[in-house]
Formats: sequence, structure tokens, C-alpha cells
Amino acid sequence: MKKFATKILMAVVAVSLFAGPAMAETIKVGAILAATGPASFLGGPEARTLEMLVEEVNANGGINGNKIELILKDSAASPEKAISFAKQLIEEDKVLAIIGPSTSGETMKIKNIAEQARTPLLSCGAAEVIVNPVASYVFKTPQKDSYAVKKIFMEMNKMGISKIAVLAGNTGFGKAGKGQLLKIAPEFGIDVVEVEVYDKKSNDLSAVVAKIKANKDVQAVINWSIVPAQAIVPKNMRQAGWDVPLFQSHGFGNIKYVEAAGAAAEGIIFPAGRLLIADTLPADNPQKGVLTNYIKNYEAKFNEPASTFGGHAYDAFAILMAAIAEAGNDRDKVRTAIENMKNFAGTGGVFNFSKEDHNGLDIDAFQMMTVKDGKFVAYEK
Amino acid sequence: MTSELFIQYLLAGITYGSIYAIVAIGFNIIYNATGIINFAQGEFVMFGGMISISLLQFMPLPIAIALAVILTMLIGALIEICFIRWLKGPSVLRLIIITIGISILSREVAVHIWGESIRSLPYFVGNEITSIPVFGARISPQVLWVVAVSALMVVALGIFFKTTSVGREMRACASNRKAATLCGINTANMVTLSFILSAGMGALAGCVMSPITYSQYDMGTGLAIKGFTVAILGGLGSAGGAVAAGLLLGVIEAFSVSVVPLAFQDAIAITILLIILFIRPQGLFGSKEASALKEF
Amino acid sequence: MKRLLPVLPLLACVIGVQLLCSATDTLYYLTQMTMSAYYSLLIIALCVLMGYAGQISLGHAGFFAIGGYISAALTTHSLIPYGDNGLVKFLDSSGMLLSGQSLYGEELLVVSPGVACVVAVFTAAVIAVFIGIPVLKLKGHYLAMATLGFGIIIYRVVLAVEYFGEADGLSEVPAFPLFAGLSVSGNFVDRVQNYYIAWGVLLLGMILLLNLIDSRVGRGLRGVHGSEEAADAMGVNTSRYKLQTFVLSAVFAAVAGVFLTHYNGGIGTSEAGVMKSVRYVAIVAVGGMANLWGALLMGVVLNFLSLRGVFGSYDDAVFGLILIGIMLFAPNGILSISVRYHLLRLLGKNKQDDGKEA
Repeated sequence: MKKFATKILMAVVAVSLFAGPAMAETIKVGAILAATGPASFLGGPEARTLEMLVEEVNANGGINGNKIELILKDSAASPEKAISFAKQLIEEDKVLAIIGPSTSGETMKIKNIAEQARTPLLSCGAAEVIVNPVASYVFKTPQKDSYAVKKIFMEMNKMGISKIAVLAGNTGFGKAGKGQLLKIAPEFGIDVVEVEVYDKKSNDLSAVVAKIKANKDVQAVINWSIVPAQAIVPKNMRQAGWDVPLFQSHGFGNIKYVEAAGAAAEGIIFPAGRLLIADTLPADNPQKGVLTNYIKNYEAKFNEPASTFGGHAYDAFAILMAAIAEAGNDRDKVRTAIENMKNFAGTGGVFNFSKEDHNGLDIDAFQMMTVKDGKFVAYEK
Repeated sequence: MTSELFIQYLLAGITYGSIYAIVAIGFNIIYNATGIINFAQGEFVMFGGMISISLLQFMPLPIAIALAVILTMLIGALIEICFIRWLKGPSVLRLIIITIGISILSREVAVHIWGESIRSLPYFVGNEITSIPVFGARISPQVLWVVAVSALMVVALGIFFKTTSVGREMRACASNRKAATLCGINTANMVTLSFILSAGMGALAGCVMSPITYSQYDMGTGLAIKGFTVAILGGLGSAGGAVAAGLLLGVIEAFSVSVVPLAFQDAIAITILLIILFIRPQGLFGSKEASALKEF
Repeated sequence: MKRLLPVLPLLACVIGVQLLCSATDTLYYLTQMTMSAYYSLLIIALCVLMGYAGQISLGHAGFFAIGGYISAALTTHSLIPYGDNGLVKFLDSSGMLLSGQSLYGEELLVVSPGVACVVAVFTAAVIAVFIGIPVLKLKGHYLAMATLGFGIIIYRVVLAVEYFGEADGLSEVPAFPLFAGLSVSGNFVDRVQNYYIAWGVLLLGMILLLNLIDSRVGRGLRGVHGSEEAADAMGVNTSRYKLQTFVLSAVFAAVAGVFLTHYNGGIGTSEAGVMKSVRYVAIVAVGGMANLWGALLMGVVLNFLSLRGVFGSYDDAVFGLILIGIMLFAPNGILSISVRYHLLRLLGKNKQDDGKEA
């Protein structure tokens, strides 16, 4: 009898030992975002999006029954903090993967750290250098800026525009965009006749607008920026009575900038993800469900309009969760799962990752848009 | 350079210049009464803009602006009473550090109240694309508001200091605090008053410029640095000097666009400041004898 | 020499921390300890400038950035396109260049880190001399504004110049091999040796500064701080002492910049920002203006906490609060006199000569 009891006891212990790992565990995910500081217009919505998503996932029982724990670090856009946090998250918190940072500059600083530590990094930074050359553990969710540039130039070719002026903000986003614009322009037979870079804290650009306006060759202006100052350029142009077409970048994808520019925003042409026109998408569009759902939840929770910036964090999180669901709590397997992910509908477009492409979006992720009556609408001509 | 372009640059310069001048005068008021450079001056401008934008939801524009100015004046008074008034003979270094601390704290308070996004008041007249022709160039009517309000403030301030008894007492404090105390003037109250006045001026400037420049929680630092530059250029403590220097710096910045890349615009202002400090620390319009009497 | 005695317990602490971390398997703390040590190197030098020479500087992040950016730019920008240039050939043949491969297989030919370090620190020193001569004639607000202006110009330059990477800053900075197989790098495997390199540099700096403030120069400096006119009248060459201290502190800042940039593998514009300079001043103030040990302690503790993200989104707010609180209630620093007095007595020293208000 005693023997039997011992056997049962051993069996119970054995079962519980085996069952242990299979039972709910907590998967740690790190995030380094510029929630405050000079890039907070990016990091703020991104951080809020992640908080919301983690709550949602856990309320729905987690991934395969495992709870997700988000460790959010505010880097305030300082690379030295991002470096410190990355090492901390990787070794100390032993996170499965890191989402962020918000800016390209920070991402470039921790690209090698993530690579060395074999930890997946899903950056929300815009610049193409993040995934070119490809580092096997580094991915990014915002669309490539070279595609945005090509999209704009294709439109310009259609409109018969060949001489343009380029304005850019002095952020990582502006820098990368300016580089691509100047590099790709000759391919489309476009001549950049004026280039100016303005400060991210600029509050009036009428002098520089007057300067480029004085160049009578300029047929259109491209303003590549992500900071509030991009709402100032259209105002100063229209106030100066200058009505050449104004193109902006996908950094304009925040309705607040349209509100800030008011009447001057009318008619601005820019490429962006379909988040901005989610309600007008046909029902069979693969992104429709994701977009309307994200916008509805975000706006209900935070009482502010959703932007494409928050969308980048949404995509990073959603991709990571899908990879975890498939591969479990293992850095290498998750990395491979992301790299093999196909036809994943996110807010920025439909992702098709591969060994060579760690961004996964093609040029169709962009849609040309314009502003009409204070709202984003698809641009058709 | 065509005459049209010339006028356009000039007008842009006057816009920047008026804004710099108001901030600089705010510095001067406090400097005169206390010998303190208030590094948190830019935050008064920010508070004025932000508060009026929040109030606009509940009341018409003029009342919102008036109330915002009054509230910011209260903030100014509070800051002086909490952080400056009770210090006994503090060193300059200590005061510099305290006002820098206040500036950082105000910014943090603002970001946690209003968030990181930009806001703005509506244009007082017309909208974002309205412009009026001036000698072939075009400017927004709001620019005229900024220039007019700045001019009005300078004139009103002059009258206040010259004709009212409180104004005269403040001037007495400015020229010699010990003597003023001996004459029975409550110098401590005058210092508080100077913070109230300069907060009010900053707030009004923050409201008028908001449609043009937008308001954001961290707009203060940049403005404070420019305002400080102008205050020193014009000679610390001199209101007329501040106006002249403000317009000068604004115009130089506007015209510099045609020769120097825009990215270096701020560096130009600072370089001018450094040169002035090195060769003529009493400022372009200040006199050497007067500056020798000031405390540092 | 008595002043140097506390260095020994500090050395023991440094070793103790490492052993403790090894024993408890928490070596990851050393990452932030290493970074804090480099920042503290700048802070102790700023402490001597502010507390002993009485000169405020709101631009020391500028010197840090000069050091970091120049060494980063020289060691990352490949010279292969200029391979035919006579100067490049000469440098190459004299062993001042380094060829290798980037992590992604690109061929590189860059200036070797040692040479870059010397160039960077030398540049910072020269700039400090040129800026220092006119700036140090100013006092009070003018001095604060001039140094702030200097910091802003450096910030603008690194933000606008393509060679310095504009907004993105510079990344993929290689390791800095020193001697005997030691090298400054952020690789996970090199962590312990880098901890000792950083603290070794910091200790050396500390010994140098302790000697300085105890020397003729140091006594002269304290005279400058007490009353410049009186010191002048006593035959102390005040402007020369001030300049020497200013240049020395700039060199310390630049060295810190060079080492930390190699350790981090990159540098960004935030290192040159005004907020950084203000933060350094805040830490010196918290430690007590004329209190090297206080500055060292606060430099390590506050940077360590900040770099670990303890303050979260309130990082700047915390520093603002600390600044105001200290300046209002304890202008002599958090290690107020009585505590210091007892501490010093414990260490066998009871002279109180530098507790004056800054």
C-alpha cells in the first residue's frame, strides 16, 4: 500500500514537472521608444499603441496561453540610452525580442548589439540603412523611403514636372529622405534645382520659401519631414501667394498636421500607408479589417486620432506575436518565423519577408493621397 | 536680388524680430528688478499659448487670451514666491541654476498636461492662406498683429515705467536697490511684480504668435536663447535696445538664408552673440559706464 | 599625498563591485557602471572648473561631443576612395591607418583609433584655448551665456554636417585597442575588462585632479574663486590659472567622449545637446560645487540610475527637481558639511577648507 502511494506521488511529481513548461509562462518583450523628448511625436503614439495591444492580447488569454509582458523603455531619442537599454533588455530582462527604437539613428547604434546577442529587433525607424545591408536579426516595419520617393516621382512624370525644389527637416527621417530624393531623381529625369534643410524646431519658414520661390525654374516643391514644421511650409507657401504643387512625405500621415496647416493643407499630395483612408477602402482589401480595428480601438482608448506612426509599432507587435504563436519563446525560431512570414496584412501594407528583404513591404504599400476639405482622400487624376 | 524678394526677406525678418524683442523685454524687466536672468522666460510664452488654446474650447478668443495672460501672471508670481523670494543673498551661479531648473520643470509639467503634439490658436483675421500684398511681397495679416502687439507692449511699458508711481518705484529698484529700500520702497514686492509683468508679456506674445509658429511644450528653450541673445545684443536692461537688436537679429537671420544654408541659421545668431560678448559686452546699444554699475 | 588616501578604498570598491557582480551573476550591471564612469570623468573635471575656479560652463557637452565625434568620424569614414591621395598614402605607410572589413563584408580603410583619439583630444584642447581666452574674461550671466552659446554651435555643427552623420550621428565605430590585449569595445565578452579600463581612467583622472587642487595652482584657483581681485593683487596669475583649468576640463571631457564613443560603438546628437550640459552642471551642484568626491559619487549614482531607465519618462523632470531642490535647500551639495566632516575624520583628515558656498 505504501509502495502504491509512493508511486502515485512520484507520478504526480513527474506529471507536474513535465506539465510545468507547457503551462502558462510569461513571454517578455522589450520596447525602446522615444516616448518623450524631441522625437515624441513618433514615440508617443508608438508607446501608447503597444500598451494597448499588450492589454488586448493578455485579455484574450495571451499567445497560446502565454501571457506577454512588455518592458517599455523611454529613450527620449538619445542613442546612448538606447544602447544601455538594449543591453539591459537583452541580458538582464532576457527579453525574447525588442520593438523599436523610434528613430533611425538609435536603431543604427543597436543594430550590431542585437545582431551579436542574436535577439530579434523590429525597428520603427524609417531609414533604409537599417535593413540594407541585411542583418539577420534586424527587421523594420515602416515602408522604405525609396519607394515613397519613386511613387512621388512617378506622379511628377505624369504631371510633366521636371524641375523641383527639395526641403527637408534636420531629423533622421528628413536626412534619409533627402538622400533618396537626390539619388533617385536622375532615374526619372527630374532635376533638383534647390535644396534646403530646416531645423526641426523651426517656427517660420517664410524667408526660405521666398528664396526658392524666387527661382522661377521650380515647378513643384517636395517637403520631406516628420516634424510639426512640415505644416508650416504649406502655410508660408500659400501666404506668399505661391501655388505650385506641394508634395510631402509619408511623415505627413497624421491628421493633426492637416489641422495645424488648416486651409493651406488642401491639395498637398503625398504617399502614405492606407491607414489614413481606411474607411474608404473596399471590403475585400486585405488590410481593411486590421486598419479599422486598430483605428477604432486606439481612438476609443486614447481619444486622439490614430496615425501611421503608431501603426508602425502595431505592425512590429503584430508580426512578433504571429511569430511567437508559430515558434514559441525562442529567439532564433522567432527570427526565422519572421523571415519566412508571407502575406501578413498590417497597417503599413502587406508584409512579405525574405532572407534578402527584412522590411517586407513593396511599393504598393504606398498610396498617393491628398487633402480635401481637411480630410485625407486617395489621390486620383 | 529683386526688390520683391528683398521686401519679403525684410518682412520675414521683422516677424522673427518682433517675437525675439518681446521675449528679450521680458528678460529685461526681471533683470532690472533683480539682476537675475530668468532662464524660464521662454516657458511663460509657452504657457500663454497653451493655456489660451485650452481655454478657447469654453469661451471666445479675446476672453481666452485675457484669461491665459492673467493665469500665466499668477504662475509667474508663484514661481517668484516659491523659488526666489526667500533666498538670502544668493550667488549668481545659484540663481542661474535655479531658473534653469524651473524651466526644465515647467516643460515637464506642460508635456504631462498637454502631451507632445502641436496646437495653435486660429488666425485672428482670415485663415492659413490669407495674405495681404505689401510692396509686391505678401504677408499674413497675423504678422501685423504680432508687430502691432509688440509695439503696443513696448509703448505701454514705457508709459507704465514713466508715469505710474509703481512703475517709478520699479525703476528706482532697478537703478539702486539699496537706495530704493531706504526710501521705503518694498523691493521684495517689486521683484514679484517684475515676474508678474514679464510673465504677462511673455504670455501675450505666446498667444499672438501661436497661429504663426504653433505652440508646443518645448518651444520655450529655443525662444529663451534667442531672446537672451537679443537682450544682450541690445544691452541688458534696455527695452529700446531690445527692440532694435531684436529686429536687427531677425532681419540678419532672414537675409542669411540667401547665403548660408538654413541649417546653420541658429549658429549665426549665436556666433554674433559670442562676438558681441567678446568685443562689446555692454551690448550694441548699451553704454560701458552703465554696464559697469550692474551687478553680476 | 594625504588627499590621495581615499583613492585606495575607492579602488577596493571598484574591485569589490566587480567581484560581487560576478558572484551573483549580475555582471550586466557593469555596462551602466562603465558608461557612468566615463560621464563621471567629465563631471569631476567640470567640478574643478566650477567649484574651485568658480567658472560656470554650460557647454561641456560640446567638448565631449568634439572628442566623441572626431574619433568616431575618423575611425568610420573609409579612406579607400582617397587611396591615391599623397597624404593618405603617407599615413598608411606610417602605420596610422587601419584596414579591415565591416560587419557586413565591406572593405574599410580608416584612421587607427589611437591616432584618432590623439587628434580628437588635441582638437578639443585647441578649441578650448581659443574659446577660453575670450570667454573666461566674462563673468556671471555673460559667462553662462557664452558657454551655452558655444555648446549650441557645436550641436548645430554636428547636426548639420554630413561628415558627422547629421541627425543620425555615427555608428559602427570600431573597438579601440589599447595595450596588452585590452580594448575599448561594447562587445559582451569584453565587459569586465572595459569596466576596469573605464574605472582605471577615472581613477587616474581623480588622482590628477586631487593633486592639482592641492598644488600651487589649486591654491591659486581657490583664491580666484574667493576673490579674483585679491588673488590678482597677491600676484596670482588668475587668468592663466582659469584658462589652464578650462583647457584641462575640456581635455577630460574629450577623453571621456572618445572612450565612451568606442565603448558604445557610436555617438548621436543628443550627446551635444544643451540638456546634457545642464545635466552635468546639475550633477556637480548636487555633489557640492567644490567637492570632488561628492561630484564623483553623484556622477556615478545619477548616471547609473538614469542609464538604467529608473526615472522612466520623468528623466529630465527628475534632474530639474534635483537642481531646484539642491540649490534652494542645500547649495553646498547633498553631502552637506557635517556628513562630510565625519567622513573626512574617519579617513584621518579633519581640515575643512572647501566647504564654502559656491
